[in-house]
Amino acid sequence: MTEITKSEPTTIYIRPTSGFAALNLRDLWLYRELIVFMIWRDIKVRYKQTLLGALWAVIQPVMTMLVFNFLFNNVAKVSSDGIPYPIFSFTALLPWGLFTTALNSASRSLTSNHNMITKTYFPRLVLPMASVLGGLVDFAIAFVILIGMMIYYRVTPSLTALWAVPLFLLLAIISALGVALWLSAINVQYRDVGYALPFITQFWLFITPVAYSSSVISQKWQILYALNPMAGVVNGFRWALLGTGSGPDVLVAISAGIALVILFTGLVYFRNMERTFADTI
Amino acid sequence: MTIAIKVDNISKRYKIGLAPGKFRYGMLRDQIAAIPGRFFKRSQGQAGVDYIWALKDVSFELQEGHVLGIIGRNGAGKSTLLKVLSRVTEPTKGTVSVRGRVGSLLEVGTGFHPELTGRENIYLNGAILGMKRAEIETKFDEIVDFSEVSQFIDTPVKRYSSGMYLRLAFAVAAHLEPEILVVDEVLAVGDAEFQRKCLGKMNDVAAQGRTVLFVSHNMSAILRLTQEAIVMQKGQLTMRAPTNEAVDYYLASGQSQAGERTWDVDEVPASAAPFQPVSLKIYNPRGLIADTVRSTEPLTIEMDYKLSAPVTGLRVGVYLSTVRGEYIFTSFDVDDAALYEQHSTRLPGHYVSRCTLPGDMLNEGRYILGVNASSFGIKRYFMDENALGFSVDPSAAPGMQWAEPRQGPLRPRLDWTIETIDSKK
Repeated sequence: MTEITKSEPTTIYIRPTSGFAALNLRDLWLYRELIVFMIWRDIKVRYKQTLLGALWAVIQPVMTMLVFNFLFNNVAKVSSDGIPYPIFSFTALLPWGLFTTALNSASRSLTSNHNMITKTYFPRLVLPMASVLGGLVDFAIAFVILIGMMIYYRVTPSLTALWAVPLFLLLAIISALGVALWLSAINVQYRDVGYALPFITQFWLFITPVAYSSSVISQKWQILYALNPMAGVVNGFRWALLGTGSGPDVLVAISAGIALVILFTGLVYFRNMERTFADTI
Repeated sequence: MTIAIKVDNISKRYKIGLAPGKFRYGMLRDQIAAIPGRFFKRSQGQAGVDYIWALKDVSFELQEGHVLGIIGRNGAGKSTLLKVLSRVTEPTKGTVSVRGRVGSLLEVGTGFHPELTGRENIYLNGAILGMKRAEIETKFDEIVDFSEVSQFIDTPVKRYSSGMYLRLAFAVAAHLEPEILVVDEVLAVGDAEFQRKCLGKMNDVAAQGRTVLFVSHNMSAILRLTQEAIVMQKGQLTMRAPTNEAVDYYLASGQSQAGERTWDVDEVPASAAPFQPVSLKIYNPRGLIADTVRSTEPLTIEMDYKLSAPVTGLRVGVYLSTVRGEYIFTSFDVDDAALYEQHSTRLPGHYVSRCTLPGDMLNEGRYILGVNASSFGIKRYFMDENALGFSVDPSAAPGMQWAEPRQGPLRPRLDWTIETIDSKK
């Protein structure tokens, strides 16, 4: 903002907004450094005063993978499309972990920073965005474990992984951000979100092919199944890294479309509710 | 001159009596509403929804480089006005145009994280206040110097004393260099030395030709730092005048009758419960409520209040100060140890605490009575430092044979003796 201070000051008009508030993404761009600072703050304080620190980023998916391996591989003998089950489930647990961590922290991001909201102006979108993006660090740490497992199980991804993984990661972030915007804005007024979220994520896990392969879903249900954007993300990760499935097809397109719809409606809803955040929080 | 702030008919409405969500405290609210003359003055909007106007049709303009004081009692709408100006909340009606960046010292320490070090919090807080990283870097040393915490700069702020924490927070906000600075009651905190520094910083800001809005309950600070002030009452701007006049008007307002101050239920913050102030009155020796008392005569101060629940260790007292904000004394109704024992727990009910100030005590001039109701070390229920103003007339006071004002707030009748050691005839 140095350039603004130095040059002629800009005039800001404050007036009641009505109808659908303008998305005003330019404002968000002006405050881009704040997003970086908030991500950095979240990361810095996340594992403060814990014994194991950032190791938790590894323990959580690895433990889940071990439990899944016992239940679904050893006991239930679920098909894993010919891939060793540990790496099959771990590949899915990475984006899934990113998604649930994002929902958990972003849904609380506004209420836990209420003193910022009631005392100072900044685009409120900064808070849920920073929470979602902050999860990327945990994702990166867990990804190192995945690379280790791929070497151990001698799984060689094709070169498509280089562009496909970032692309599906982006889809995971879009899905997480879209849902997070809805949840965080609702949570300002209705703290029910905090109680409902564990059920939502649990239910969502069942309808996402994390512990099982989406090939077990019969053909006629596939389209309905693809309405879950995380199904597209998980299948995309498996395809890119392990070579299962058919790669981006119409189902992935449906998932991506739904993710964008959730993101867009979430943005509109959030911007609309934003006006009253300081009054209702 | 350029207009820095133009406030055009803004109003801000809040919903009250409506619980978040669909479930209203219908029955409870109706019961409360049934108590006549109690609870909020309501204006009926949609059926069943009550509103309160925190701001009502407020308009004013402020030129660039001017310093404007904002005074008003609790709940008069000062904070809401500042929140609208700093874009924290939207007005319900009206428009505001603000030229340049608004920095506000009501956001001191916003976003400070206890686990982060002083250094890290400076960067974070700066970013929240809208500073660029480069801007923070160039000012970093200056900020640290100003805060006087340089040796602890790499210590998590949760280990800071509250004074250090505040100094650091203020230092960041003070170096924001906004075109418009909004200052809200920061001077109520910190030690004397720090307050002096803050006021100095504010003076600098004003001297650099930047626009300052200054809200305070401290009349001496308002008088010292501003030439012009606006008075807010119940959400409305009731006066804009040179600070002297505005302060006089403010001190005289809210008194249904001169020499008497009454509190409506909606003027008292909810945090005061179970204490509810009713009135504060000054009587002359003839038993009449008086705005002007004579220096030579005793005066009686009467505080009328209600308790809705038993309170242990309650003390109700008054401050006496000059209009320039200098304290003369503080006194509580249970200062006497025996009386304190007797009233160690006050039951719910209606009370009057009364005391008499002896004659030949105060000098000519105008004084302010403040009220404080607290339990020591537990809670301060209610405080209004500017509850009631009154004047002292010097007729027949010592030294009136000379038509000159006397220095100081006191005018005691002292027992002088003149001893002649040696005298030449």
